[in-house]
Amino acid sequence: MITIINYGLGNIRAFVNVYDRLKIQTKVAQTADEIVGATKIILPGVGSFDYAMTQLNNSGMRDELEKQVFDIKIPIMGICVGMQMLAKSSDEGNMPGLGWIDGNVKLFDTLLIPYKTQLPHMGWNSIEPTKENILLNGLNNQSRFYFLHSYYFDCNNQENILCTTEYGIKYSSAVNKDNIYGIQFHPEKSHNNGVRLLQNFANL
Amino acid sequence: MLYPRIIPCLLVHKNGLVKTTKFKDPKYVGDPINAVKIFNEKEVDELIVIDIDASAKGREPDYKMIQNLALECRMPLCYGGGIKTVEQAQRIFSLGVEKIAVSSLAIENPLMISAISERVGNQSVVVVLDAKKKVLSSKYELYIHNGTKSTGIDPVTFAVEMQKMGAGEIVINSIDQDGLMKGYDFNLINKIREVITIPLTVLGGAGSIDDIGNVIQENGIIGVAAGSFFVFKGKYRAVLINYPTAIEKEVLIEKYFLSKWNNK
Repeated sequence: MITIINYGLGNIRAFVNVYDRLKIQTKVAQTADEIVGATKIILPGVGSFDYAMTQLNNSGMRDELEKQVFDIKIPIMGICVGMQMLAKSSDEGNMPGLGWIDGNVKLFDTLLIPYKTQLPHMGWNSIEPTKENILLNGLNNQSRFYFLHSYYFDCNNQENILCTTEYGIKYSSAVNKDNIYGIQFHPEKSHNNGVRLLQNFANL
Repeated sequence: MLYPRIIPCLLVHKNGLVKTTKFKDPKYVGDPINAVKIFNEKEVDELIVIDIDASAKGREPDYKMIQNLALECRMPLCYGGGIKTVEQAQRIFSLGVEKIAVSSLAIENPLMISAISERVGNQSVVVVLDAKKKVLSSKYELYIHNGTKSTGIDPVTFAVEMQKMGAGEIVINSIDQDGLMKGYDFNLINKIREVITIPLTVLGGAGSIDDIGNVIQENGIIGVAAGSFFVFKGKYRAVLINYPTAIEKEVLIEKYFLSKWNNK
């Protein structure tokens, strides 16, 4: 059972649709009680950092989420802004992040981007896995995913980086520490590669 | 490495898919959901769906249809047609759509672009500009309501204004080239490309894979959208939903993109 946190932003439907096709049960949680008993948790997110943090803090779910993640060690995967929220801070806002993985969210340096189109980083880009992990099973440096963002997770601990992507610089497009995962791209909208990754997450 | 995007653009009219020529003579080309299913199989980069009746008739977006499309789409979906308020935009996102496209709203109420992008993030707000060349001039003019209403607005200055307002992407659509399948209007594309840094998608005129390639060669990272080219086959314009295969796409990228834009 995959529990998807609904704190008012992110494309919840898209995850439910993919898991329905995989015949894997999902549950959308809007209250702390609804998170209890989760075996996997997805923290989606689309929008600005401060708005996302405010929505999560006001959702009444944060304490229960921390209990699930740190006491019960339930695997959790933050996606897009949901990944950025795992960091300590973001250039995009003033609110502190969750700080679950050591890193800070930064704005891409447009001077390093060799195209007239600069931000957001939008479209299909490849990943380069930097370490073995079940989450990336069956995926390699030919695998492309859909990206849509202007800020990136600048990871302070090399060991937490699962794969990198190039856009002006090489940055960490997926991170992991213990049972906590973050991915910048959108597996729910990345055709078969995305389905593979979501299946891998269910298999963790 | 980031790749240019190749995007089918579908028009909805009276609950069916249609394709126009110079924004006129809508020809029925099939069922929207069926088309999405085929484009899923072909792993298209993105999909744009525009309801051409909604704004022209001043009616609400058809939420039921949008939800059905979003349920089916395994790729990013951009929906346009009839969006006038922040609430409508949010409702559409909640149905599972990644981006919303606005056209007449941007011209009639430009401040609404800021209001929507502040709420949902500017990456999700696409402004579609329908441009037509002025007679005996090198300039262009924007039209709204499916090309029936001229505005006197210059698309170049308006694109800059939209970027400032918080648009996350501009789609520049050539009314003159629509449905002709004789290639894109490079002059129009260049004018817009020069003045904005947000993603640009071009629409109107694709008749061959090389037409798409030429835009990519000239611009590198860009969205290249097409209607007729992805729904018609052959010179008699038989209806056949199609899209380059993975191999055809690799060849296209190799020839027009990597050769010029890689490692720059």
